[in-house]
Amino acid sequence: MLWDSRNKARNEAAAPAAALADAGQIFPTKALRKFLTSLTSRESPVLMDLGPVVGSNVTFFGERLGCKIILEDLFADLDRHSRASEIAFAEFLKGRLTHEPGSVDGILCWNFFDFLEPPAAQVLAAALTKLLRPEGAVLGFFTTVGATDTRFSKYVILDEDSLKQRPYSSGGKRQMALQNRDIIRMFDGLKVSESFLLKTNIREFLFRKPAGTL
Amino acid sequence: MWKRDEAVRQPAVPIHDAAAAAPAAAAAQATRPDPIKSQTGRDVVNIGKSVVIKGELNGSEDLTIEGHVEGKIELRDHVLTIGPNGKIKAELFAKSVVVLGEVIGNVSATEKVDIRENGSVEGDITSPRVAIAEGAHFRGSVDMANKGKTVAGPRPADVKPQASLPQPQPVVPHAQKVG
Repeated sequence: MLWDSRNKARNEAAAPAAALADAGQIFPTKALRKFLTSLTSRESPVLMDLGPVVGSNVTFFGERLGCKIILEDLFADLDRHSRASEIAFAEFLKGRLTHEPGSVDGILCWNFFDFLEPPAAQVLAAALTKLLRPEGAVLGFFTTVGATDTRFSKYVILDEDSLKQRPYSSGGKRQMALQNRDIIRMFDGLKVSESFLLKTNIREFLFRKPAGTL
Repeated sequence: MWKRDEAVRQPAVPIHDAAAAAPAAAAAQATRPDPIKSQTGRDVVNIGKSVVIKGELNGSEDLTIEGHVEGKIELRDHVLTIGPNGKIKAELFAKSVVVLGEVIGNVSATEKVDIRENGSVEGDITSPRVAIAEGAHFRGSVDMANKGKTVAGPRPADVKPQASLPQPQPVVPHAQKVG
């Protein structure tokens, strides 16, 4: 009986903490709205999401915006790769995204580039640039500081101006924070449409592919 | 006496492939005398976890698969459920598809595709509504638009894409949407 009551008390104490962890951290976003505007200006837009699958995001983009969504969880690939890698991740990425060049209207990178070493980041940026249609957009988050939290995050879209960040355990390793000029150089072929520095130490970059380029 | 999970009621689900005939005949011996009723009162056919089918499955009643199927499954006006033990390598066509097991192949539904926790789909989904639960695995594309439909049926007006940017409103978490 005593054992049961202790367990019950422990469970009750743990419940709010678990609920808090599940709730995640909500933070504002300024670039997401611009990204969504660029998508909705297209007919039958195609969206590529490089993050882990989030059911409510699929509903948001599919039902409310009428997007076709391509889900490519590169975080899962990096996680697997970091646990048992035979080749460099940059090499792996070269053959990873096999979609038709110029077939995607928008790409959500979230903060994936924070976890990539420079060669892999360069390969991915080039691949994304190639996949993008003229006037298509890429949204990416980049940290300004070397964060100690190495976990990956799921980004849940709450509305056009706010996201919920839900970290989850992974084998990922954050790299050094990239300089703005390095980020811009990495996406050679795209133009910076918007960039915001948030109070949360996150830089939001919205890139666009100039019209008339392939 | 009869285990529900291992029972198969065969006649309503014709199998159009010679390769499927042998397992189907074996499975027919496990036929349950009384039809199993779903919560909606409709007949539900189960394919047990020991059953392996290679070929094409067509049916006109709800079907739950716990076994292995390779090929094509078509239930135009009914619900197809891939149970937790189900392993499917097939193209799926149904009114509604619920996945608790593993599916490799494209999935088309006229109403809804629901990938539950621990369910896994690798393939392209075409359906006006798609729900993916926390903990589910999915790799592929999701097309909720009308044009991609391969099974007949109009798209509900309430999921029509909006031309302009939608008004801010919280996205309802999936867990609250799935009954």
